[in-house]
Amino acid sequence: MAPITAVSGRGLPLRGDELDTDRIMPARFLRAVTFEGLERHVFEDDRKANPQHPFNNPAYQGVPILVVNKNFGCGSSREHAPQGLIRWGVKAIIGESYSEIFFGNSSVLGMPCFTADKASIDALQTLIEAAPDTVIHARVDTGVITAGTLRIQGHLPAGARDAFVTDKWNPTSMLLADFEQVKGTAAALPYVSGF
Amino acid sequence: MPTLFEKVWNAHAVRTLPSGQTQLFVGLHLVHEVTSPQAFDMIRQHGWGVPFPQRTFATVDHIVPTSSQKRPFIDLTAEQMTSALEKNCREFGIQLFAPGDDAAGHQGIVHVIGPEMGLTQPGMTIACGDSHTSTHGALGAIAFGIGTSQVRDVLASQCLALDPLKVRRIDVNGTLKPGVYAKDVILTIIRRLGVNGGVGYAYEYGGTTIDRMTIDERMTICNMSIEGGARVGYVNPDETTFKFLKGRTYAPKGEAWDRAVAWWKSLASDADAKYDDRVVIDAATIEPTVTWGINPGESVGITEPIVTKDDEALTFMGFANGQKVEGTKIDVAFIGSCTNGRLSDLEEAARFVKGRRVASHVKALVVPGSQEVRRQAEAKGLDKIFSAAGFEWRGAGCSMCLAMNPDRLEGSQVCASSSNRNFKGRQGSPTGRTLLMSPVMVAAAAIAGVVTDARQMLEEVHA
Repeated sequence: MAPITAVSGRGLPLRGDELDTDRIMPARFLRAVTFEGLERHVFEDDRKANPQHPFNNPAYQGVPILVVNKNFGCGSSREHAPQGLIRWGVKAIIGESYSEIFFGNSSVLGMPCFTADKASIDALQTLIEAAPDTVIHARVDTGVITAGTLRIQGHLPAGARDAFVTDKWNPTSMLLADFEQVKGTAAALPYVSGF
Repeated sequence: MPTLFEKVWNAHAVRTLPSGQTQLFVGLHLVHEVTSPQAFDMIRQHGWGVPFPQRTFATVDHIVPTSSQKRPFIDLTAEQMTSALEKNCREFGIQLFAPGDDAAGHQGIVHVIGPEMGLTQPGMTIACGDSHTSTHGALGAIAFGIGTSQVRDVLASQCLALDPLKVRRIDVNGTLKPGVYAKDVILTIIRRLGVNGGVGYAYEYGGTTIDRMTIDERMTICNMSIEGGARVGYVNPDETTFKFLKGRTYAPKGEAWDRAVAWWKSLASDADAKYDDRVVIDAATIEPTVTWGINPGESVGITEPIVTKDDEALTFMGFANGQKVEGTKIDVAFIGSCTNGRLSDLEEAARFVKGRRVASHVKALVVPGSQEVRRQAEAKGLDKIFSAAGFEWRGAGCSMCLAMNPDRLEGSQVCASSSNRNFKGRQGSPTGRTLLMSPVMVAAAAIAGVVTDARQMLEEVHA
């Protein structure tokens, strides 16, 4: 792990609301005991159905920033969805909103999911559709996102933001740090002690 | 004046983490074969143990074949994933409800067997690597769907790092019309509040309609909270809850039972509880509801025309604005899933099916939610009713809800389904089309061969 203070690079515009995790990673690719190779199947059915899908566009291969719309990652809790995106090369997402479970899964994997208002997202998508070489700079600490002459205000919840910049985004070691306190909380629960 | 959510959260809060999140103790952890193998691998890689193995229970549901559970499975991937879970459970001392064709098993969909075994209890925090974990809230638990990294965290520490949720109280008041079910209630709630309306909220369901519902019906409602964006949904525990739990395998016994009930009662939201939002729904306005689109909020009452700006959904589904879903020819009918695969769902559907025949062009499946549901249904002769009508009677599992086993749609087939998601490709074919509805409406569609208003046929049943 390392602090994540900013993500920079080109962006992929992926328009559409309610892009669920079944779309991002169809369930048949969950038939495995590892996450290896999931990058090959990101949006596989959508890409096959639509040759113009941005994930098929050579201009966007391997870019680190996805720009999405509303309720991205809704539906199934499958971590295979953000795992696939990360293995494909995505390091941050900028969008109007996310499902809660997708946001949490992405955060513990070190992939910040910024939100911004609809007009800002539309402006950013329009910009990188017209000029795919545009480099986006997204700062985790201030939320400021710049791309060419465009400057938009992104947001991360304070907890997620602080976790990224202070290198605390993967919580396991923190959860294990004070195990006596965990045992104390458990012992005080009536159902743990057998009522 | 706290809500149940606040009381349960506070009782399980270990400490505030340096990240600002709460370290929350997890009272019950449920594990299945699809989202756990990577978590167990991470535990091994880091040399972590599983300090509370008796608080985790496992089963095989997503990938399990429903035609026969005889081992080894013909599906080699299913066999490999099941073997991996068996090995992980042995290594870390976790109870596994294993699949198999023997008569006494307790395998089933995690969200069916938890309540069925009495593992799910009021006041618990529950986590499972599956978004429909919200189901367990029907018994007054606070239950979170989690990802695989969080499965790892719960295995390693019995805790999650979480931010608290706001609470939206949803009152459903009045009497449901005949032929209107819990499924119609939750589809209506999602339609009205939106598929992302619940993000950041726990949904507390109450009101006179919910008060009168059985635990099975409350589970259908809580199950689909996540389809409305709410990670958590719950109903305050009451006499219905206690009656449901009494005598179940893992429920407290003897004097412990009385102390448990006293504690459970104390956890219900106070009468003067403050909510972050309130919504009231009149039960009498709810119609038998069917989805027409590609997310669970895209639904209409069976008598209502489709009105939408979502051209992508209309094109994919083959509908037009102004059209009704009623009359749509179906290819497949699926009764099952963690939403509607419990005994009462099968009983209600069987009552409707009895003496009728599935339309000749329809493939119809009934998949019980658990081996126990299957046994109880067979004891009541439901298997014979379904089989005589032309339904296939299967073994327990998730089956065609998400098609990780051989039960799947082909091409652009249309499926009347009692499951929870109508996403593009959800039922295994990238161009397959799903129409969500109650089990009785699925049964009616199977028999008519087209989506139909079951109420018109219900009168014949009661006559």
